[in-house]
Amino acid sequence: MYDTTRPETAVSQQDTKISARNVQVYYGEKQAIKDVNVEILDKTVTAFIGPSGCGKSTFLRCINRMNDTIDIARIEGEIRLDGEDVYDRRVDPVQLRAKVGMVFQKPNPFPKSIYDNVAYGPRIHGLSRNKADLDGIVEKALRGAALWNEVKDRLHEPGTGLSGGQQQRLCIARAVATAPEVLLMDEPCSALDPIATSQVEELIDQLREQFSVVIVTHSMQQAARVSQKTAFFHLGNLVEYGDTDDIFTKPQDSRTEAYISGRIG
Amino acid sequence: MSLSWALLVSLGLACAGYLIGRRRAFAVAGPDVRRLHSRPTYHGFSVALTSFIAGLAVMFIATILRMTGTLDVYAGPIWGWIVLAAAILGLVWGATRIDSGYKARNAVERMVMGVLMLCSMIAILTTAAIVLSLIFETGHFFQLYDWKDFFFGTEWTPRFQGESELGILPLLWGTLYISFIALLVSVPIGLFAAIYMSEYASPKVRSFAKPLIELLAGIPTIVYGLFALMTVGPLLRDYFAQPMGLGNSGSSVLTAGLVMGIMLIPFVSSLSDDIINAVPQSLRDGALGLGSTPSETVRQVVLPAALPGVVGAVLLAASRAIGETMIVVLGAGAAAQMSVNPFEAMTTITVKIVSQLTGDSDFNSPEALVAFALGLTLFVITLALNIVALYIVRKYREQYE
Ligand SMILES: Nc1ncnc2c1ncn2[C@@H]1O[C@H](COP(=O)(O)OP(=O)(O)O)[C@@H](O)[C@H]1O
Ligand SMILES: [Mg+2]
Repeated sequence: MYDTTRPETAVSQQDTKISARNVQVYYGEKQAIKDVNVEILDKTVTAFIGPSGCGKSTFLRCINRMNDTIDIARIEGEIRLDGEDVYDRRVDPVQLRAKVGMVFQKPNPFPKSIYDNVAYGPRIHGLSRNKADLDGIVEKALRGAALWNEVKDRLHEPGTGLSGGQQQRLCIARAVATAPEVLLMDEPCSALDPIATSQVEELIDQLREQFSVVIVTHSMQQAARVSQKTAFFHLGNLVEYGDTDDIFTKPQDSRTEAYISGRIG
Repeated sequence: MSLSWALLVSLGLACAGYLIGRRRAFAVAGPDVRRLHSRPTYHGFSVALTSFIAGLAVMFIATILRMTGTLDVYAGPIWGWIVLAAAILGLVWGATRIDSGYKARNAVERMVMGVLMLCSMIAILTTAAIVLSLIFETGHFFQLYDWKDFFFGTEWTPRFQGESELGILPLLWGTLYISFIALLVSVPIGLFAAIYMSEYASPKVRSFAKPLIELLAGIPTIVYGLFALMTVGPLLRDYFAQPMGLGNSGSSVLTAGLVMGIMLIPFVSSLSDDIINAVPQSLRDGALGLGSTPSETVRQVVLPAALPGVVGAVLLAASRAIGETMIVVLGAGAAAQMSVNPFEAMTTITVKIVSQLTGDSDFNSPEALVAFALGLTLFVITLALNIVALYIVRKYREQYE
């Protein structure tokens, strides 16, 4: 859980992991993201909030270049990961996505066994030298996703046979097993019940120790619970970005205030 | 008046019935149409349908009587008048029933349902009739010819004087061999084309390439047959069979198999395309989001998810290959033999069904009746393939709904 008494310096000491400069995104003629600038810190949970359709997912998908798969999407500006522009000609999106993992809104386990789901990333990226190695990675990832105890006796049963909450944690384990540096999560709890949601939230808090987590959420309570930094989007603009505490207690912009007090959205 | 004219005139009567019914309903209703139980159009339809169904029923009875021979073939004109009389009677009866309380809407609903039910019954009954006649004639054949010799005989040498050897095995071998080659050609090409279309091609390429592939499906099989006979057969003979010393037959299993494979490409590709498109985009996103290349995504996620459906598509293609006739006649020849050399002429069950029934032999001889036993065997094989395929496809559909 987020501790509101934590000194602010604990957050600001982190290094910048991702920095976005003048990012514009167009779907055909329509502009979905307008001139967004943001610095995302390492080993921190950053929440993107805002009314639906304001471009949160779109911006998130720019970071690992998932928008490349949409024919009509066009991106301008630059996004740097550890100082390197991800839209540079020399960057291979396949390698980028190995470093920037993603968890989607709807759990999407592959039609494979639980084990093979988690082992998928390590296998395609050659992260293990042998079977024992791979077993170790799979176990560690499943433990990390707080799923190990529930599935350790049925690793070779299909991942699609799990409950919704378990499937989502399986997808998180799958992303974690690839050893990413950044984990992007697009409304990871919107298809889950409250118990599964709180499990996933706890998990996110632990993941922060290893890497930078960016989470899109439509729930302001969730943003307040899990994140240290919050970005508020509205109609394609990044209206306000700062420490989560500040955003929720003393918002600077009237639109942010209207949103968190429930007047827009 | 001939029956066809009677049909036309009773159609006209039905239209007139509609107008009369509606008019009468309005008349009965007086100034307030809401007094009627059913709206006037329903009264119109009710009269039209009563009239037309009465005519149709009489015509149906007449046709049955004529088929069974109870009725003279030349009795048509008289029956035409009877049909017409029935239609008029129906019209009058329908029209007299109209009053404000008459439930015309319910009557129309019932009649419509009856007509729909009749149509589905016709479809089912025809299938049943075809199968029954096959079974009946096959039974007749097995009275004249030992079933063991038919199913296990390795010789196919029908003679007009009798004493024929009618073993199905050479034909079955030819059928399976040619179908196998056809699948070997059509499944990889069709499947890979579908993968390209749905996973790689840009919308622009897809919009003109897909219709082009589907154009192949519109070519009549006889045209494929000509292509086999004139082009593929001689080509294979001159450039492969003869130089390699594997025979010098213009028609061969390979010719028919290749051309049939080409025929099946659009079939396989459009089925696979549907199946691949049914794989949820979220699975692709998941794989790409983990850093898979497009081909890894296809191989490891899309295809495993689509596999059951693709197997179903392959089985459906197989049942089409097994039933194909024209390409075999022109491409593979008519020699019933069991050989593994793909450059030799062979033949299939369907071709022999045609040749046994188009000769001069007596219709009650085993040489002619064997066609029904062959047909029944073919029917059972393709039916089994279709059932298995549909079962697999349906099971797969459920998975993602
Ligand atoms: N694939 C797409 N094609 C066209 N427009 C899109 C696409 N995805 C999103 N959009 C549009 O971009 C805007 C932002 O969408 P999105 O990023 O999904 O919002 P959010 O995640 O904040 O709800 C919306 O107006 C949406 O209609
Ligand atoms: Mg979204």
